[in-house]
Amino acid sequence: MKSEIDLTALGVFLFFFALVTIMGFVAARWRRPKTLARLDEWGLGGRQFGTWITWFLVGGDFYTAYTVIAVPALVYSVGAYGFFALPYTIIVYPFVFAVMPKLWRVAKDTDSVTAADVVHAQYGSRALESAVAVTGVIATMPYIALQLIGMTAAIAALGITGELPLIGAFVILALYTYSSGLRAPALIAFVKDAMIYIAVIAAVTLVPGKLGGYATVFDAADQAFKAKGTGSILLAPNQMVAYATLALGSALAAFMYPHTLTGVFASRSGHTIRKNAVLLPAYTLMLGLLALLGYMAYAAHLDPANNNDVVPDLFRALFPSWFAGFAFAAIAIGALVPAAVMSIGSANLFTRNFWKAYVNPAIDPAGEAKVAKITSLVVKLGALLFILYLPTKFALNLQLLGGLWILQTLPAVVFALFTRWFTAPALLAGWAVGLLGGTYLALSDGLKPLHAVTFGSVSFTAYVGIIALIANIVVAVAVNVIVAPARRLEGSPLH
Amino acid sequence: MRALGAVMIKHRLWLLLLPLFGLLIVPLYNFHEPGLFGFPFFYWYQLAWVPVTAFLTWIAYRSYPDEE
Repeated sequence: MKSEIDLTALGVFLFFFALVTIMGFVAARWRRPKTLARLDEWGLGGRQFGTWITWFLVGGDFYTAYTVIAVPALVYSVGAYGFFALPYTIIVYPFVFAVMPKLWRVAKDTDSVTAADVVHAQYGSRALESAVAVTGVIATMPYIALQLIGMTAAIAALGITGELPLIGAFVILALYTYSSGLRAPALIAFVKDAMIYIAVIAAVTLVPGKLGGYATVFDAADQAFKAKGTGSILLAPNQMVAYATLALGSALAAFMYPHTLTGVFASRSGHTIRKNAVLLPAYTLMLGLLALLGYMAYAAHLDPANNNDVVPDLFRALFPSWFAGFAFAAIAIGALVPAAVMSIGSANLFTRNFWKAYVNPAIDPAGEAKVAKITSLVVKLGALLFILYLPTKFALNLQLLGGLWILQTLPAVVFALFTRWFTAPALLAGWAVGLLGGTYLALSDGLKPLHAVTFGSVSFTAYVGIIALIANIVVAVAVNVIVAPARRLEGSPLH
Repeated sequence: MRALGAVMIKHRLWLLLLPLFGLLIVPLYNFHEPGLFGFPFFYWYQLAWVPVTAFLTWIAYRSYPDEE
């Protein structure tokens, strides 16, 4: 890694960072409500974002800065297997299309701000509500920390070392999120997404030209993997089930996170969500091409110090410094949007499903907004301390477990949209078994997301999250059949 | 379940199952050949599902009324 500071790149970087900082504070006045002192105004932007704002916000918050760094890094290190992010981010949209408009409708009708609110409204169970809320907050904390890792990589790429720039950027982020709420990331998302698109499109169109075309890029990667003896540009036979289950599990988990659901609940209507399920795959196309930067690193004969340097090194090696600065700014700003929405989503959960549920049930809307604003500061501080004082590996491992945990909330959050057959105790039992069983499997495998399964003579490795989800659903069905037949709710599943 | 089937047909939701089959059955596409624009089949096949899925979703989308 180059140590001297590139002034041109730094100048471009600072310009864009200053621009979004101003936008973050101005956002409080954007589509101004009568008051920001209500949780659905501060935390959901008034539930009135139309198609384009939702597209930029959900896109900006789902395809995070960490994605931009980590997906090419994984593809660089292991090849085809790292490409599972592509099928994952394709099949997620049919799921969003079929499920999220219904969830939005229930949330709107019951004044729900979080998934746990929806669960409470559907089942009237504080225990199940708390289970969903706690899972959401715990799964999100390491995710915020990962955004800081993405930001650190971008700042380091400018040749700046030390923790002060990261702390400074995060304090600014915390302040404008506090004052503007969800409107801040929604407004910044326009700039962030446009910058990321420009950087990625430039990379995937210009870089292969400089390196001799895509065929050369794939050849170079193929040769390099053969020389290394690990990784491949095709999947090994024993990776295929792992690839499919990782894609499916990640897709089912993606919109159970508080930050993605915040984007869904903030939209104006089910129609807006459906339209976005049609339009959001544009980001997936970008992600798929971006992943190939991992192979371009081989064709460019780069030797990154660690895998997360693949993208910064590629930009620095092949583009003029002003454009490299632009790309690094895109990544750093790319971390701000999801980090803001994640802290808002967690703050909403804390306010509604802990503070209002247990501490102060009589809290008024202004009080809710105040608790959420302060919580968002605490959450960001927590993530910052996490990154400064705990090893990065710890955040990565927790993020991995977070995906497995959040997936276990799916039955509680989604099933009631389609059937009223399940009862809260059954779903709670399923959640507990999925969460504990999945965590046990992941820990016993040395914190690997994959677990070897053997059925008679057939054996394969599959994503632990999916194995845990199957156990979760089986237990929920069994408990429902055995223990709670009398408590079944009546009602037609489909409206 | 019958009601679910009716919705699947009325709103063309069954179309949305196609990307799941196309992408989750990995042996369908884990090959080098035929390549396209220098991309091995594994890569362009999966990339091609992006516009195809968006198109199928759009067909389903059209069957819902605009409630705005």
